[in-house]
Amino acid sequence: MIRAALLALWLPTAVLAEGEEIVSGLSQNRVAITANFDGSEILIYGAVKREAPAPAGAPLEVVITVEGPSTPLVIRRKERRAGIWVNTSAITVDAAPSFYAVATTGPVEKILSGTDDLRYKITLPHAIRAVGSASEAEGSEEFITALERIRSTDESYRLLENQVQLVEETLFRTDVVLPANLTEGDYKVRMFITRGGRVIDHMERVIGVRKAGLERTLYVMAHEQPFLYGLISLALAAVAGWAASAGFRLLRR
Amino acid sequence: MFQLYLPIAEVSVNAILLLGIGGIVGFLSGMFGVGGGFLITPFLLFIGVPPGVAVATGANQVVASSISGVLAQLKRKAVDFRMGAVLLAGGLLGSWSGVRVFSYMSSLGQVDLFVQLSYVLFLGLIGAMMFVESARALLRARRHGGAAPVRRAHIHTWVHGLPFKMKFRASGLYISVLPPLGVGALVGFLAGIMGVGGGFILVPAMIYILGMPTKVVIGTSLFQIIFVTGFTTVVHAVNSQTVDMLLALLLILGGVVGAQFGTIVGVKLKAEQLRILLAALVLAVAIKIAFDLLLRPAELFSVTRLVLP
Repeated sequence: MIRAALLALWLPTAVLAEGEEIVSGLSQNRVAITANFDGSEILIYGAVKREAPAPAGAPLEVVITVEGPSTPLVIRRKERRAGIWVNTSAITVDAAPSFYAVATTGPVEKILSGTDDLRYKITLPHAIRAVGSASEAEGSEEFITALERIRSTDESYRLLENQVQLVEETLFRTDVVLPANLTEGDYKVRMFITRGGRVIDHMERVIGVRKAGLERTLYVMAHEQPFLYGLISLALAAVAGWAASAGFRLLRR
Repeated sequence: MFQLYLPIAEVSVNAILLLGIGGIVGFLSGMFGVGGGFLITPFLLFIGVPPGVAVATGANQVVASSISGVLAQLKRKAVDFRMGAVLLAGGLLGSWSGVRVFSYMSSLGQVDLFVQLSYVLFLGLIGAMMFVESARALLRARRHGGAAPVRRAHIHTWVHGLPFKMKFRASGLYISVLPPLGVGALVGFLAGIMGVGGGFILVPAMIYILGMPTKVVIGTSLFQIIFVTGFTTVVHAVNSQTVDMLLALLLILGGVVGAQFGTIVGVKLKAEQLRILLAALVLAVAIKIAFDLLLRPAELFSVTRLVLP
């Protein structure tokens, strides 16, 4: 009984001993994909709340990650067989994020320790391997590296070092550009503050990315009324084909 | 500017670019009587549309440009409906079995290679044959002072010895229904495997195997393609939900206009010129795909997103 009371007394002080907490905001918590959607910029901002003056020593740093919904993938490798390049081997990844961005106030290796990176799965290599990592087959590492390379090239995976602005070790903000070829789903935004490489506090927010308007109507119909959708597509083609022909006949008269 | 987000393909592309692609393919389709499926799929893949969506939506676009083309040919009475119907009967049978083989290859995980090899083999073979033949015809015409030799209404071959004869008035033929059924089935089979309408195979087959006059070949081929690709579109829509209506609409808008211009140009060209141009186009696509297979790709790995169950 006494021990429990002591524990209760001790717990909040343990948290407060850290002394610094994140208070955050997002410029928007939902993104609507409409027909003219051409990417979206999201402002992520926040402040560090503290009970006492900022401790001396290692400076405060901020790391922000944005993670898109995960999907299963097949990664294939080509090899030369009988003179032509053929897919010879493949691995299946149960889930890999469709989008992943890491924005920081400085070089990752300086502001984040390896152990905390691994613990919170912050940087790309850890984040990819975290979610239902590939069947640990021989040489699967090479495939995962290829996935990182391919997605980094098409800017689905990004490392934005020095892209978070931090004022007076208190206010921070960053803009993350979501690409035009977004996948629908919940985008997870995580914010971390670190000192001397150690994570002091972190918090999580969600941005819902949804198709809207015509995009939504077509998508829902294609999945719920596929036969009707197919017939409408055909009718559309037939009408357009006929209209063009009739239009040209009129023009040439 | 003019960027458009496609609901099924889930990519954002330039609307003007799509109209342009539709226009080019439609133009060729109206000119040569091919559906253009063998052109539109590579184009769409190139701009980042996923393969499944590219094949299914391409089929939908081909329906529109074929209808536009057939209507243009109809005015010139250049469609042999009876021949078209016989070809179609064979075609549906062949396409059904082609789709079966396709899914078997998919289960083996080598469907890309299989499709590419079929493209190289059939496009290359047919392109080369047509090219040699039409080049010879052009040279002959030039040597005889510009006047091409009179083409006989039909040439007697083994085809004419078969039973079940039928009169095809528009083509001026009285032949057995077996060869057109067989040609239709073969084309349907290849169409099912390669995901195309099969016009590039059908056109030379009608000219060289069935001995049909070039002027009815284009209209009849387009007529048959409408039904094969229409069937394909609905099957894709139901089985895999990969038909992107917005993408199709833009390709169609470009395509139907292009097809009308193509028909006008096609009418002005001589049959031999038309054939040699089609042969060159078919060969070019075959060579491009062959190079893709032979050269070391820049990226040995590829990432394919699996459809969520």
